[in-house]
Amino acid sequence: MHALIEARDLSCGYQDQTIFSKLDFQLQPGQFSGLVGPSGSGKTTFLKALLGLVQPWQGQICFQNRPLSSIRKRSRDTVNQKIGYVPQVETVDWNFPVTAAEVVMMGRYRARRFWPLPSKRDREVAHHLLARVGASDVAHRAIGELSGGQQQRVFLARALVGDPELVILDEPTSSADVQTQHELLHLLWDLNDRGVGILLSTHDLNSVATHLPWVVCFNRGIVAEGRPQDVLTSEILSQTFGGDMVVQREGDKVLIASRATSISHPVQRPRPALLATYARSSGGHPHAYCAIRDQAPSPVIAPHKTDSQDFASSGQSAGGDPAAPDHLP
Amino acid sequence: MELFLRPFQYDFFTRALLVSSMAGLLCGVMGVYITTRRMSYIAHGLSHAILGGAVLSYVIGVNFYLGSGLWGFAAALLIQYLSSRKIYADAAIGIVTTASFAMGIAIISTYRGFTQSFEAALFGNVLGIAPTDVWVVLGVSLALLGLIFMFYRPLLFWCFDREVAKVHGVPVLSMDVLFALMLAALLVTTLQILGVTMVISAVVIPASIARLLSDRFSHMIFISAGLGAFFSLFGIYFSYYLDIASGASVVLLSTLGFAIAVTWSRLSHKRQIAAQKVKI
Repeated sequence: MHALIEARDLSCGYQDQTIFSKLDFQLQPGQFSGLVGPSGSGKTTFLKALLGLVQPWQGQICFQNRPLSSIRKRSRDTVNQKIGYVPQVETVDWNFPVTAAEVVMMGRYRARRFWPLPSKRDREVAHHLLARVGASDVAHRAIGELSGGQQQRVFLARALVGDPELVILDEPTSSADVQTQHELLHLLWDLNDRGVGILLSTHDLNSVATHLPWVVCFNRGIVAEGRPQDVLTSEILSQTFGGDMVVQREGDKVLIASRATSISHPVQRPRPALLATYARSSGGHPHAYCAIRDQAPSPVIAPHKTDSQDFASSGQSAGGDPAAPDHLP
Repeated sequence: MELFLRPFQYDFFTRALLVSSMAGLLCGVMGVYITTRRMSYIAHGLSHAILGGAVLSYVIGVNFYLGSGLWGFAAALLIQYLSSRKIYADAAIGIVTTASFAMGIAIISTYRGFTQSFEAALFGNVLGIAPTDVWVVLGVSLALLGLIFMFYRPLLFWCFDREVAKVHGVPVLSMDVLFALMLAALLVTTLQILGVTMVISAVVIPASIARLLSDRFSHMIFISAGLGAFFSLFGIYFSYYLDIASGASVVLLSTLGFAIAVTWSRLSHKRQIAAQKVKI
């Protein structure tokens, strides 16, 4: 069976700066994979290269074993239709005067290019897709008025126009709260259950990456890839994120924090990574997760009793964390 | 009644009202794209840049609309090119537009055969519009409105999110070029009416008022077009009675309209908050 999307010997960069070079990557049909790495590691560039938004310096992208560079423009459009894309929320102009339904209908451009008024079919598709992602109640509201979770749902609905075989999401959970992350992951699991391949990027280890079936650790190239329990190890994470990463497993739970020693500041306040984590719900749907919110800091990262309240009120992910106590277990 | 109809006894005045309301409508429509795409500064700069093309066209004997239009189009493309080459967009606009404007002034000050009024180029001279200009403005307006109708969907997507639009098959580079052409055509046709320095207000103010009144792009286009035509028509009309420059009159009336819209929007927002508090 051919890979759904594949990068072969891929090198990319901007002007005179190489972002990554000679990279090989495959995503199989129906695979759910997470691209994990710190900010600035080149995840977005890699995803854009897969989408054809960034021209590779070298190598090629193949979709279902067909090199994109060899596909004619008209056929390329058909291929692109099979890939949905949800951009980073930071790149979107939330003050733009459009409603949620209009955003979804933008995705219908290929079906109706040169007539300004939306057709009955456009409206039906928009409402069906918004209902599918649980956002039909906000169809006529301006996008700037929506919550972060609703905005992500609307953009996911637009990505689903044309029934794509692959959905690529760039940091979909970066500014979302725990509940929104939870809901979005459920939506993606539902899509994946229907055979849609999912590739998402994240720098959030504990609340996202540990719950994906396949993880690709990425920092200017692929450091390692595999199942989270195999890949999310101290050694690999330290290579990916820099610093010293601590991984603790408790049954199904994987807890990750960073550990760094600073000579000039021997006692530093640890940044908690584990305020909210997920665990598989026992006996339920294999893809269902329940959130466990720790009221007190985890013993893995809580060396100072006096700091415990501060930890609980300032949750952050472990990704890219430079500072942590020097006496973590 | 006779007092109100008095200006219409002059052919040039009727012509001015017709042309300015058409130009106002067009600026209103294009203004929605320009403001939501955050290109106001480019439009402002290009209006200055076109002066260079206008003066050069006059000196070398090329048709004003053709020469200035091509010049403006080239300037827009040059700004886009520089912006993609490590130069910040606002710096690129500053460099290209002031260089072109300076070239226009240099030619005016050295070329003895230049008999056109420099003030008219800067501040507009709608009352001096020739009958043939009416047809040019009408033709350009219809052409631009037709293009906007035809390319509404790709232009909307391009305005909202250029990158994702490309993924969905929108030819974004073609949209860049098309819009640069449309912008140059708009500025060239309205230059004679409002002048280099004031044309931007006809582009930005009606669209900004429309944004305050609506959260929907399509509604904004209609509101902005109506307001643009209204401000131009009544701005010129009032200029007759107030005996002030027509361009200045249009800008001042638009600004008054904007002030009213901001006040209304603010009061409306306060009322909404108060209503919410009562509900709670």
